[in-house]
Amino acid sequence: MRVVVQEAALDPYKEIKHHEDTVLESGKHGGVVSFVGTMRDFNDGEDVAAMNLDHYPGMTEKHIEQVCQEAMDGWDVMDVLVVHRVGDMYPSDPIVLVAVWSAHRASAFDACRYVINYLKERAPFWKCEVTKAGEKHWVEHNSKDPGVAESREKAV
Amino acid sequence: MEIDVKFFASLRERMGRTSDKVTLDGDAATVSDVWGQVSSEPMPSNILVAVNKEYTDLTQELKSGDEVAFFPPVTGG
Repeated sequence: MRVVVQEAALDPYKEIKHHEDTVLESGKHGGVVSFVGTMRDFNDGEDVAAMNLDHYPGMTEKHIEQVCQEAMDGWDVMDVLVVHRVGDMYPSDPIVLVAVWSAHRASAFDACRYVINYLKERAPFWKCEVTKAGEKHWVEHNSKDPGVAESREKAV
Repeated sequence: MEIDVKFFASLRERMGRTSDKVTLDGDAATVSDVWGQVSSEPMPSNILVAVNKEYTDLTQELKSGDEVAFFPPVTGG
């Protein structure tokens, strides 16, 4: 398992390739399921020009690691990689990568969904958006994934 | 006892500071006592609490050196 919180720009597909080349044993996994969250240029009916993502150093990493461990304990998963951006970003920038390697696709899909859903619910990050009109406001809540309750029951 | 306090995101702006240090009397101080030291207003109902980087609530008892954080609902991912 690898969890990274970084200010640097994120290239999710390079991260997946790098993890496969440097950490995973070649030929052992049957697939990787990845989720890449990117920044939208709209939210709650407003045009968004930029965003700053704040976090709680130490607590953020700790809670992402807990969620990844729950996924590894709950499904037949070989490895999990999470890279999450913080700081200033702009529309279409990747914000988060969750990648899950498994021998079989069903476990990888379920575990990947579990990690992104519970990362969003528990890891302390806060989005502050700047609209095209130059107004700054904190995002009050994340959208919920309708499948989240079902996936949690399977893992814990 | 000495407690380190941290504020994040919109609450940090509302409090006008990123951190604070409070001294509490007695052996059975709670997170609620810390809030009472840093603000004269009741804690907003949506504010979350962590002690030493684990989620908890206002009733948790504290020991000297604990780090108490207050912040709004999280919006990552």
